[in-house]
Amino acid sequence: MSSPADVTAFGEKLDDRDAPQYGHQTDILYVKVAAVLVVLTALEVWASYAHWLGHATLAVLLTLMAVKFTLVVLFFMHLKWDSKLFGRLFWAGVFLAIAVYVVALSTFKFFVKS
Amino acid sequence: MADITADVAVSTPVPARTGNGAGHGGGGHGGGRGDGLHMTTTGLSNNKLGMWLFLGSECLLFGGLISTYMLYHGRTQNGPKPSQVYDIPFTSISSFILLMSSLTMVLAVSAAKNNDTPKTRLWLGATAALGSLFVGGQVYEFTAFYHEGLGFTTSLFGSSFYTLTGFHGVHVTVGIVMLISVIAITFRGRIDGDRAEVIELVGLYWHFVDIVWIVIFTLVYLIPS
Repeated sequence: MSSPADVTAFGEKLDDRDAPQYGHQTDILYVKVAAVLVVLTALEVWASYAHWLGHATLAVLLTLMAVKFTLVVLFFMHLKWDSKLFGRLFWAGVFLAIAVYVVALSTFKFFVKS
Repeated sequence: MADITADVAVSTPVPARTGNGAGHGGGGHGGGRGDGLHMTTTGLSNNKLGMWLFLGSECLLFGGLISTYMLYHGRTQNGPKPSQVYDIPFTSISSFILLMSSLTMVLAVSAAKNNDTPKTRLWLGATAALGSLFVGGQVYEFTAFYHEGLGFTTSLFGSSFYTLTGFHGVHVTVGIVMLISVIAITFRGRIDGDRAEVIELVGLYWHFVDIVWIVIFTLVYLIPS
Protein backbone atom coordinates (compact mmCIF):
# COMPACT_ATOMS: atom_id res chain seq x y z
CA MET A 1 0.00 0.00 0.00
CA SER A 2 1.29 3.39 -0.88
CA SER A 3 1.71 5.91 1.82
CA PRO A 4 -0.27 9.11 1.28
CA ALA A 5 2.87 11.06 0.56
CA ASP A 6 3.64 8.79 -2.40
CA VAL A 7 0.40 9.62 -4.21
CA THR A 8 -0.40 12.92 -5.89
CA ALA A 9 -3.74 14.69 -5.91
CA PHE A 10 -4.31 13.06 -9.31
CA GLY A 11 -3.87 9.60 -7.84
CA GLU A 12 -0.56 9.05 -9.59
CA LYS A 13 2.22 7.32 -7.74
CA LEU A 14 5.18 9.62 -7.67
CA ASP A 15 7.65 6.85 -8.46
CA ASP A 16 5.58 5.51 -11.37
CA ARG A 17 5.01 8.90 -12.91
CA ASP A 18 8.60 9.90 -12.78
CA ALA A 19 10.08 6.55 -13.61
CA PRO A 20 12.02 7.80 -16.65
CA GLN A 21 14.06 10.28 -14.69
CA TYR A 22 15.56 13.33 -16.29
CA GLY A 23 19.25 13.07 -16.35
CA HIS A 24 19.70 10.16 -18.70
CA GLN A 25 20.16 12.57 -21.55
CA THR A 26 23.60 13.71 -22.47
CA ASP A 27 24.70 16.78 -24.36
CA ILE A 28 25.63 14.49 -27.25
CA LEU A 29 21.98 13.53 -27.61
CA TYR A 30 21.00 17.19 -27.89
CA VAL A 31 23.65 17.80 -30.54
CA LYS A 32 22.38 14.78 -32.50
CA VAL A 33 18.79 16.05 -32.32
CA ALA A 34 19.94 19.49 -33.46
CA ALA A 35 21.79 17.90 -36.39
CA VAL A 36 18.63 16.05 -37.39
CA LEU A 37 16.68 19.31 -37.18
CA VAL A 38 19.17 21.04 -39.46
CA VAL A 39 18.96 18.21 -42.00
CA LEU A 40 15.16 18.30 -41.91
CA THR A 41 15.19 22.07 -42.42
CA ALA A 42 17.47 21.65 -45.42
CA LEU A 43 15.09 19.02 -46.78
CA GLU A 44 12.18 21.43 -46.29
CA VAL A 45 13.89 24.16 -48.27
CA TRP A 46 14.83 21.67 -50.98
CA ALA A 47 11.23 20.39 -51.15
CA SER A 48 9.90 23.93 -51.52
CA TYR A 49 12.00 24.30 -54.70
CA ALA A 50 11.30 20.79 -56.02
CA HIS A 51 8.41 21.66 -58.28
CA TRP A 52 8.41 18.17 -59.78
CA LEU A 53 6.94 16.96 -56.49
CA GLY A 54 3.68 18.62 -57.53
CA HIS A 55 0.89 18.30 -54.98
CA ALA A 56 3.09 16.07 -52.83
CA THR A 57 5.09 19.17 -51.88
CA LEU A 58 2.43 20.20 -49.39
CA ALA A 59 2.34 16.78 -47.73
CA VAL A 60 6.15 16.58 -47.57
CA LEU A 61 6.49 20.05 -46.05
CA LEU A 62 3.74 19.48 -43.47
CA THR A 63 5.23 16.13 -42.48
CA LEU A 64 8.72 17.57 -42.06
CA MET A 65 7.28 20.47 -40.04
CA ALA A 66 5.40 18.08 -37.74
CA VAL A 67 8.51 15.94 -37.22
CA LYS A 68 10.66 18.99 -36.36
CA PHE A 69 7.98 20.32 -34.01
CA THR A 70 7.71 16.97 -32.22
CA LEU A 71 11.48 16.53 -31.92
CA VAL A 72 11.91 19.90 -30.21
CA VAL A 73 8.98 19.30 -27.87
CA LEU A 74 10.03 15.77 -26.91
CA PHE A 75 13.78 16.23 -26.60
CA PHE A 76 14.57 19.91 -26.03
CA MET A 77 11.48 20.59 -23.91
CA HIS A 78 11.88 17.16 -22.30
CA LEU A 79 8.26 16.09 -22.61
CA LYS A 80 9.56 12.62 -23.48
CA TRP A 81 10.77 12.23 -19.92
CA ASP A 82 8.59 14.71 -18.11
CA SER A 83 5.31 14.40 -16.24
CA LYS A 84 2.39 13.45 -18.45
CA LEU A 85 0.39 16.31 -16.95
CA PHE A 86 2.65 18.86 -18.64
CA GLY A 87 2.23 17.06 -21.93
CA ARG A 88 -1.54 17.00 -21.60
CA LEU A 89 -1.64 20.75 -20.95
CA PHE A 90 0.56 21.52 -23.93
CA TRP A 91 -0.95 19.14 -26.46
CA ALA A 92 -4.44 20.31 -25.45
CA GLY A 93 -3.37 23.82 -26.46
CA VAL A 94 -1.86 22.58 -29.73
CA PHE A 95 -4.91 20.57 -30.79
CA LEU A 96 -7.28 23.34 -29.74
CA ALA A 97 -5.25 25.74 -31.89
CA ILE A 98 -5.50 23.36 -34.84
CA ALA A 99 -9.26 23.14 -34.23
CA VAL A 100 -9.50 26.94 -34.26
CA TYR A 101 -7.61 26.99 -37.56
CA VAL A 102 -9.86 24.35 -39.14
CA VAL A 103 -13.06 26.03 -37.92
CA ALA A 104 -11.93 29.48 -39.06
CA LEU A 105 -10.95 28.27 -42.51
CA SER A 106 -14.11 26.20 -42.86
CA THR A 107 -16.24 29.17 -41.86
CA PHE A 108 -14.71 31.42 -44.49
CA LYS A 109 -14.78 28.65 -47.08
CA PHE A 110 -18.38 27.55 -46.68
CA PHE A 111 -20.25 30.49 -45.20
CA VAL A 112 -18.82 33.46 -47.05
CA LYS A 113 -21.17 35.34 -49.40
CA SER A 114 -20.32 34.68 -53.02
CA MET B 1 -8.74 1.84 1.92
CA ALA B 2 -7.64 3.13 -1.42
CA ASP B 3 -10.26 5.88 -1.25
CA ILE B 4 -9.06 6.97 2.12
CA THR B 5 -5.54 7.12 0.77
CA ALA B 6 -6.63 9.24 -2.18
CA ASP B 7 -8.53 11.61 0.07
CA VAL B 8 -5.59 12.01 2.31
CA ALA B 9 -3.37 12.56 -0.69
CA VAL B 10 -5.49 15.48 -1.84
CA SER B 11 -5.38 17.15 1.48
CA THR B 12 -1.81 16.25 2.26
CA PRO B 13 0.70 18.35 0.42
CA VAL B 14 3.34 16.34 -1.37
CA PRO B 15 6.84 17.70 -1.42
CA ALA B 16 7.72 19.09 -4.80
CA ARG B 17 10.90 18.00 -6.44
CA THR B 18 13.03 20.95 -5.74
CA GLY B 19 16.39 19.43 -5.43
CA ASN B 20 19.55 20.23 -7.23
CA GLY B 21 19.76 20.88 -10.86
CA ALA B 22 17.79 22.67 -13.42
CA GLY B 23 15.81 19.59 -13.43
CA HIS B 24 14.13 19.46 -16.72
CA GLY B 25 11.92 16.56 -16.76
CA GLY B 26 10.05 14.70 -14.20
CA GLY B 27 13.00 14.66 -12.08
CA GLY B 28 13.49 17.97 -13.47
CA HIS B 29 12.39 20.05 -10.80
CA GLY B 30 14.48 18.25 -8.72
CA GLY B 31 16.24 15.65 -7.07
CA GLY B 32 14.69 13.75 -4.34
CA ARG B 33 11.43 13.95 -2.58
CA GLY B 34 11.55 15.32 0.86
CA ASP B 35 13.72 18.30 0.11
CA GLY B 36 10.65 20.22 1.15
CA LEU B 37 11.61 23.53 -0.40
CA HIS B 38 7.97 23.98 -1.21
CA MET B 39 4.94 21.75 -1.25
CA THR B 40 2.37 21.11 -3.96
CA THR B 41 -0.60 18.76 -4.11
CA THR B 42 0.50 17.49 -7.53
CA GLY B 43 4.03 16.63 -6.58
CA LEU B 44 5.09 18.91 -9.41
CA SER B 45 6.51 22.37 -9.43
CA ASN B 46 3.71 24.93 -9.59
CA ASN B 47 5.98 27.28 -11.53
CA LYS B 48 6.59 24.66 -14.17
CA LEU B 49 2.93 23.71 -14.28
CA GLY B 50 2.08 27.37 -14.76
CA MET B 51 4.62 27.72 -17.56
CA TRP B 52 3.20 24.73 -19.44
CA LEU B 53 -0.31 26.11 -19.00
CA PHE B 54 0.92 29.44 -20.35
CA LEU B 55 2.55 27.77 -23.34
CA GLY B 56 -0.66 25.87 -24.05
CA SER B 57 -2.55 29.17 -24.12
CA GLU B 58 0.14 30.69 -26.34
CA CYS B 59 -0.58 27.96 -28.88
CA LEU B 60 -4.07 29.41 -29.17
CA LEU B 61 -2.73 32.93 -29.67
CA PHE B 62 -0.44 31.87 -32.49
CA GLY B 63 -3.09 29.48 -33.84
CA GLY B 64 -5.40 32.46 -34.29
CA LEU B 65 -2.68 34.59 -35.90
CA ILE B 66 -1.61 31.83 -38.27
CA SER B 67 -5.25 31.15 -39.20
CA THR B 68 -5.70 34.84 -40.00
CA TYR B 69 -2.60 34.85 -42.18
CA MET B 70 -3.69 31.72 -44.03
CA LEU B 71 -7.04 33.36 -44.73
CA TYR B 72 -5.60 36.61 -46.00
CA HIS B 73 -2.25 35.79 -47.61
CA GLY B 74 -3.90 35.81 -51.02
CA ARG B 75 -5.47 39.24 -50.53
CA THR B 76 -2.66 41.36 -51.89
CA GLN B 77 -4.77 44.14 -53.46
CA ASN B 78 -2.34 46.30 -55.39
CA GLY B 79 0.62 45.42 -53.23
CA PRO B 80 3.32 42.81 -53.82
CA LYS B 81 2.52 39.12 -53.60
CA PRO B 82 4.26 36.85 -51.08
CA SER B 83 6.36 35.22 -53.81
CA GLN B 84 7.59 38.66 -54.91
CA VAL B 85 8.96 39.68 -51.52
CA TYR B 86 9.99 36.50 -49.73
CA ASP B 87 13.69 35.73 -49.67
CA ILE B 88 13.73 32.02 -48.85
CA PRO B 89 17.55 31.59 -48.60
CA PHE B 90 17.76 34.48 -46.14
CA THR B 91 14.84 33.20 -44.04
CA SER B 92 16.34 29.69 -44.10
CA ILE B 93 19.50 31.05 -42.51
CA SER B 94 17.38 32.83 -39.88
CA SER B 95 15.62 29.54 -39.17
CA PHE B 96 18.97 27.78 -38.83
CA ILE B 97 20.11 30.44 -36.35
CA LEU B 98 16.99 30.00 -34.22
CA LEU B 99 17.33 26.21 -34.29
CA MET B 100 20.92 26.53 -33.09
CA SER B 101 19.77 28.85 -30.31
CA SER B 102 17.50 26.04 -29.11
CA LEU B 103 20.54 23.77 -28.94
CA THR B 104 22.55 26.29 -26.94
CA MET B 105 19.56 26.80 -24.63
CA VAL B 106 19.18 23.12 -23.85
CA LEU B 107 22.94 22.94 -23.24
CA ALA B 108 22.60 25.85 -20.80
CA VAL B 109 19.90 23.98 -18.90
CA SER B 110 22.08 20.87 -18.89
CA ALA B 111 25.04 22.86 -17.54
CA ALA B 112 22.84 24.41 -14.86
CA LYS B 113 21.70 20.96 -13.84
CA ASN B 114 25.33 20.04 -13.33
CA ASN B 115 25.91 23.24 -11.36
CA ASP B 116 28.47 24.33 -13.95
CA THR B 117 28.00 28.08 -13.71
CA PRO B 118 30.63 29.22 -16.26
CA LYS B 119 29.22 26.90 -18.93
CA THR B 120 25.68 27.95 -18.05
CA ARG B 121 26.59 31.59 -18.59
CA LEU B 122 28.39 30.75 -21.82
CA TRP B 123 25.43 28.88 -23.34
CA LEU B 124 22.89 31.42 -22.09
CA GLY B 125 24.98 34.20 -23.65
CA ALA B 126 25.24 32.26 -26.90
CA THR B 127 21.47 31.78 -26.93
CA ALA B 128 20.87 35.49 -26.36
CA ALA B 129 23.37 36.35 -29.12
CA LEU B 130 21.75 33.97 -31.62
CA GLY B 131 18.32 35.29 -30.65
CA SER B 132 19.52 38.85 -31.23
CA LEU B 133 20.87 37.82 -34.62
CA PHE B 134 17.48 36.38 -35.51
CA VAL B 135 15.64 39.55 -34.43
CA GLY B 136 18.16 41.64 -36.37
CA GLY B 137 17.45 39.53 -39.43
CA GLN B 138 13.75 40.07 -38.96
CA VAL B 139 14.21 43.84 -38.73
CA TYR B 140 16.28 43.71 -41.94
CA GLU B 141 13.60 41.61 -43.63
CA PHE B 142 10.82 43.99 -42.58
CA THR B 143 12.82 46.95 -43.85
CA ALA B 144 13.47 45.24 -47.18
CA PHE B 145 9.79 44.36 -47.57
CA TYR B 146 8.78 47.93 -46.80
CA HIS B 147 11.11 49.25 -49.49
CA GLU B 148 9.59 46.76 -51.92
CA GLY B 149 6.17 48.30 -51.27
CA LEU B 150 4.74 46.02 -48.60
CA GLY B 151 3.61 48.21 -45.70
CA PHE B 152 1.47 47.23 -42.73
CA THR B 153 -1.62 48.74 -44.34
CA THR B 154 -0.81 47.95 -47.97
CA SER B 155 -3.00 44.87 -48.06
CA LEU B 156 -4.60 42.23 -45.88
CA PHE B 157 -1.61 40.04 -46.71
CA GLY B 158 0.77 42.72 -45.39
CA SER B 159 -1.25 43.31 -42.22
CA SER B 160 -1.57 39.64 -41.35
CA PHE B 161 2.08 38.91 -42.23
CA TYR B 162 3.50 41.74 -40.10
CA THR B 163 1.14 40.94 -37.22
CA LEU B 164 2.07 37.26 -37.15
CA THR B 165 5.82 37.58 -37.61
CA GLY B 166 5.89 40.76 -35.51
CA PHE B 167 4.24 38.97 -32.58
CA HIS B 168 6.80 36.20 -32.91
CA GLY B 169 9.62 38.73 -33.03
CA VAL B 170 8.32 40.36 -29.85
CA HIS B 171 8.28 36.95 -28.17
CA VAL B 172 11.90 36.37 -29.18
CA THR B 173 12.83 39.81 -27.86
CA VAL B 174 11.11 39.09 -24.53
CA GLY B 175 13.04 35.80 -24.44
CA ILE B 176 16.33 37.66 -24.93
CA VAL B 177 15.49 39.99 -22.04
CA MET B 178 14.72 36.94 -19.90
CA LEU B 179 18.02 35.31 -20.88
CA ILE B 180 20.01 38.42 -20.01
CA SER B 181 18.17 38.62 -16.69
CA VAL B 182 19.03 35.00 -15.93
CA ILE B 183 22.69 35.63 -16.76
CA ALA B 184 22.57 38.50 -14.27
CA ILE B 185 21.06 36.13 -11.69
CA THR B 186 23.97 33.73 -12.13
CA PHE B 187 26.34 36.47 -11.05
CA ARG B 188 24.44 36.81 -7.79
CA GLY B 189 25.16 33.29 -6.67
CA ARG B 190 25.28 29.64 -7.54
CA ILE B 191 22.57 28.19 -9.71
CA ASP B 192 20.86 25.59 -7.63
CA GLY B 193 17.47 24.77 -6.25
CA ASP B 194 14.82 27.27 -7.21
CA ARG B 195 17.28 29.40 -9.18
CA ALA B 196 18.02 26.46 -11.44
CA GLU B 197 14.34 26.11 -12.14
CA VAL B 198 14.28 29.66 -13.49
CA ILE B 199 16.70 28.59 -16.22
CA GLU B 200 14.52 25.61 -17.04
CA LEU B 201 11.42 27.81 -17.31
CA VAL B 202 13.20 30.31 -19.57
CA GLY B 203 14.35 27.33 -21.63
CA LEU B 204 10.79 26.08 -22.07
CA TYR B 205 9.72 29.54 -23.24
CA TRP B 206 12.64 29.75 -25.65
CA HIS B 207 11.96 26.34 -27.18
CA PHE B 208 8.32 27.31 -27.58
CA VAL B 209 9.36 30.38 -29.55
CA ASP B 210 11.45 28.04 -31.70
CA ILE B 211 8.61 25.61 -32.44
CA VAL B 212 6.32 28.50 -33.34
CA TRP B 213 8.93 29.58 -35.89
CA ILE B 214 9.13 26.02 -37.23
CA VAL B 215 5.42 26.30 -38.02
CA ILE B 216 5.64 29.86 -39.39
CA PHE B 217 8.65 29.04 -41.57
CA THR B 218 6.79 26.20 -43.25
CA LEU B 219 3.26 27.60 -43.48
CA VAL B 220 4.16 31.19 -44.27
CA TYR B 221 7.38 31.02 -46.26
CA LEU B 222 7.77 27.59 -47.80
CA ILE B 223 4.31 26.44 -48.77
CA PRO B 224 3.54 27.98 -52.15
CA SER B 225 0.41 30.07 -52.24
